[in-house]
Amino acid sequence: MKFDHILIRFGEISTKGRNRRKFVDRLKQNIKVVLPEYTNLEYEGTRDRLYIHLHGEDHEGIVNKLQHIFGIQSFSLAIKCESDLSKIKESALEAVKGLYKPNDTFKVTAKRANKQFPLDTNELNYQIGSHILINTEGLTVDVKNPTINVRVEVRSEATFITCFDYKGAGGLPVGSSGKGMLLLSGGIDSPVAGYLSLKRGVELEIIHFFSPPYTSERAKQKVIDLTRELTAFGGKINLHIVPFTAIQEKIQQQVPENYTMTSTRRMMLKIADKLREKKQALALITGESLGQVASQTLESMVAINDVTNTPIIRPLITMDKTEIIAISKNIGTHDISIRPYEDCCTIFTPASPKTKPKLEKVSRFESFVDFEELINDAIENIESIEVSQEQKDEFSSLF
Amino acid sequence: MLYLDNSATTKPYPEVLSTYLKVTEDYFANPSSLHKLGSEAEMLLNQSRKQVATLLGVQQGEIIFTSGGTEGNNLAIKGAALANKHKGRHIITSSIEHPSVLESFKQLEEFHGFNVTYLPVNGEGIVSLEHLEKAIRDDTILISIMHVNNEVGTIQPIAEIGQMLKNNQNILFHVDNVQGITKVPLDLKNANIDLCTISGHKFHGLNGSGVLFKRSGVDLLPLFSGGSQELQMRSGTESLAGNVALAKALRMATEKAAKRGQHLENLHKQLRVKLMNIEGVVINTPLKNAAPHIINFSVPAVKAEVLIHFLGEHDIYVSTTSACSSRSKTNSQTLLAMNKPQDIAKSAIRVSLSYESNEEMILTFIDTLSKGIEKLMKVMR
Repeated sequence: MKFDHILIRFGEISTKGRNRRKFVDRLKQNIKVVLPEYTNLEYEGTRDRLYIHLHGEDHEGIVNKLQHIFGIQSFSLAIKCESDLSKIKESALEAVKGLYKPNDTFKVTAKRANKQFPLDTNELNYQIGSHILINTEGLTVDVKNPTINVRVEVRSEATFITCFDYKGAGGLPVGSSGKGMLLLSGGIDSPVAGYLSLKRGVELEIIHFFSPPYTSERAKQKVIDLTRELTAFGGKINLHIVPFTAIQEKIQQQVPENYTMTSTRRMMLKIADKLREKKQALALITGESLGQVASQTLESMVAINDVTNTPIIRPLITMDKTEIIAISKNIGTHDISIRPYEDCCTIFTPASPKTKPKLEKVSRFESFVDFEELINDAIENIESIEVSQEQKDEFSSLF
Repeated sequence: MLYLDNSATTKPYPEVLSTYLKVTEDYFANPSSLHKLGSEAEMLLNQSRKQVATLLGVQQGEIIFTSGGTEGNNLAIKGAALANKHKGRHIITSSIEHPSVLESFKQLEEFHGFNVTYLPVNGEGIVSLEHLEKAIRDDTILISIMHVNNEVGTIQPIAEIGQMLKNNQNILFHVDNVQGITKVPLDLKNANIDLCTISGHKFHGLNGSGVLFKRSGVDLLPLFSGGSQELQMRSGTESLAGNVALAKALRMATEKAAKRGQHLENLHKQLRVKLMNIEGVVINTPLKNAAPHIINFSVPAVKAEVLIHFLGEHDIYVSTTSACSSRSKTNSQTLLAMNKPQDIAKSAIRVSLSYESNEEMILTFIDTLSKGIEKLMKVMR
C-alpha cells in the first residue's frame, strides 16, 4: 500500500512558546540533512506537526533514519484524503488492506477536530469499521487489543489516516541549544557524552588530541569512526585533530610524574577553550564521570577546571560505568571504542597520579615553561575534517 | 560453452575479479600489522564485514570470514558441539546433508562420544517437523539442517524449525545455507538461527572464501589456534582480497536475485517441462519446495557418466549428483534417502542454473540431451 506522507509529532518542542517556530525549522533542516538521496520529498511544518510528503519515495529507508533524529517524539506513516465520508472510508480500507494478515484484528479510532463534520466519532467509527469489515477477509474487530488501530483524524483542511506508530528519539533538535566542543579521546565515555549532548539539542564540534608517534593512525581512525557514528544523530560533524606531541613531551620533561596527568588535562582544556572561542561555540563537553579515574575526582576537577570559565557540560558525571556502557552499545560506539590502541589519555600514564592535586602546585610546575607558545602552535596546526555518514570513498569502487 | 554446473561452483563476476586483483595489488599488507598500510587493510576488512552483515541483516560482530563452506560447517558443528558438551551430548542432523556436515557428525560420534540422530526425509527430500520434535531430548545441544539440498534443490522448513526451537535455550541451530544464499530468501534473525554457513564461490565470488554467521553469545571451540583473528574464532592471516571479493559478490548476487529472481524461476519451470517430455527421463526434484536453480533427473537406461561425457563433447557441463561426491562411485545418498530405487539413484544428473542463464541455453541443452539419450539408448541396449 502506498503511504503518501509521514506525520511527525514533536516532543518537548510542544512545550515551547513564541520561539517554537525556530525549533520546528531546525528540526526540519536536520531531517533534510539525513535524507539527501530522497529528492522528491516535500516538507510542511505547522504549529504542532511536521509532514513529509513522500511523492512516491520508498518509506522504509526514511523511517530508519527518522528514528535517530532528536526532537521527534513519534511519527506515523499516513494517508491524507478529503474530509468526505466516502473518501475517508476508501482510504482507510486501502491503508488496512496493505497491512493485515489473516486472523488479524482491528479497530477504528476516529477523532473529530472539525466539529462541523456531520458524523460524530461513534458514527464515524461504525461507518468506517463496517466498510473495512465488509471489504476484507480474515479480519475481525477487537476494540480492546487490536493488531491494527486505524486512526482517523478529521480536520477541516483534510483527514489523516494512520495505522503505524514509530517511536522517535525524543530530546530537542540538534542545534536548537547552540554549539559545544566535545573532547573525544577514543574511549567509551566521550562518545556517550556527545550523544547525550546532541539529545539536548547541542550542535557538536569534536576535538581530539593526537600524539604521533606515541599514538597511531589507527587511534585517529578510531576517532573518525566514532565521530561518524555520532553523525547518525546530528548530521555532519567537524572533527579537529590537535597535534599534541610537543606539549605532552614538554609536560613529561617539566612536571613531576604524579602531576603530569593533571597538567595534561589542563593543557587540553586550554586548547579546547581557545578553539571553542574561534569556532564561536558556547560550551565544552567531556565524558567525565565522578570518581572514575584520578583526573575525575572533585579535587582534580578543581585543579583542571581552573584554566577556564567556560561552562563545561559533563553529561555522565553521575553515571555508573555499566550505565555508560549500555548507552554506548545502544548507539553503536561501543565496539569502536574498545579497539585497543593507545590514545592521548593512555600514553604517559603515571604509575600513581595524584587523586587530590593542589592547584597552587600544578600552576607553579607549569610556570617554568612557556606553554602558551606551544598551545598556539598546536592550534595553528590543527587538522580539521568534516565527517558525514558516507564512508571515505577510496574503497567504494571495490564493493 | 554451456556451463550448467552452478551448484558446484560459479564463474566469478568480472567486477569481483577486478576487486580481487586490485586488493591484492594495492592492499597487500597484513590487517594485523600496526603500521599505516596494515591499518588500511584492516579498514578494508572491516568494511567488507560490515557489508556482509548488512546484506545478511545481522551485526558486524556476528560475521566470521572462513575459507568456504566446508570450513564453515566444520567450525559451526564441531565448534558448537565441543564448546557445549557439558550441556549434553546429543546432536541431530538429517540424512541428506552435505558431506562436510555428515562427516563432522560422524567424527563427533566416533572420537568424542556424541550421540547422533540422523533424521530421515520423505519422498520429496523434506525433513518432517514431527520427526525432529520427537528426536529432541533433554541433552540435545545442536541441530544442523541444510536450507537447500545441494543434489535435488529441496528447501527445508528452516523458519518453522527455528520457531519450534525458539524457547529451547539448550539447543543451537545451525543451517548450511551454501546452496540457498541469494537463491532462496532466509531471514536469519526471524528463523532463530544461531549459526549459518555460506560460501563465496557459490555466488560468483572466489573459492577459498566463506562466511560463518555466529549469533552473538554463541560459544564455539575454534578449529585453528593462533593469532586470534576473526573474533578469536578463526586464527590465520585473513584472505583480505577473497573477503572483499565475497562482500562484493554477495551484493551483486543479491541485487540480481531481486531483479532476475522471476526470470530464474521461469527458466526452472521451462527446463522441468521440457525434461518431462523426453522419453526415459525421470525428474527427481520435487515440484513444490524446490530452489529455482537446481533440477535433478535420472535416465535409468543410460549410465550417468556416459551421458555427462556425451554432453561434455558438445561443450555442455553438468554434474552427476553433487560435484563433491561424483568421484566416489557411490549412488546418490540423497536420492536413496528419498526412497528412490537404486537405478534412479545410480543415474542421477544435476543441472544447476545461475541468474545469467537464459532460454537459449535451456533449448540447446534439451536438444543435445534428447539426441544423446536417443543415441545412447540405442547403443546401450
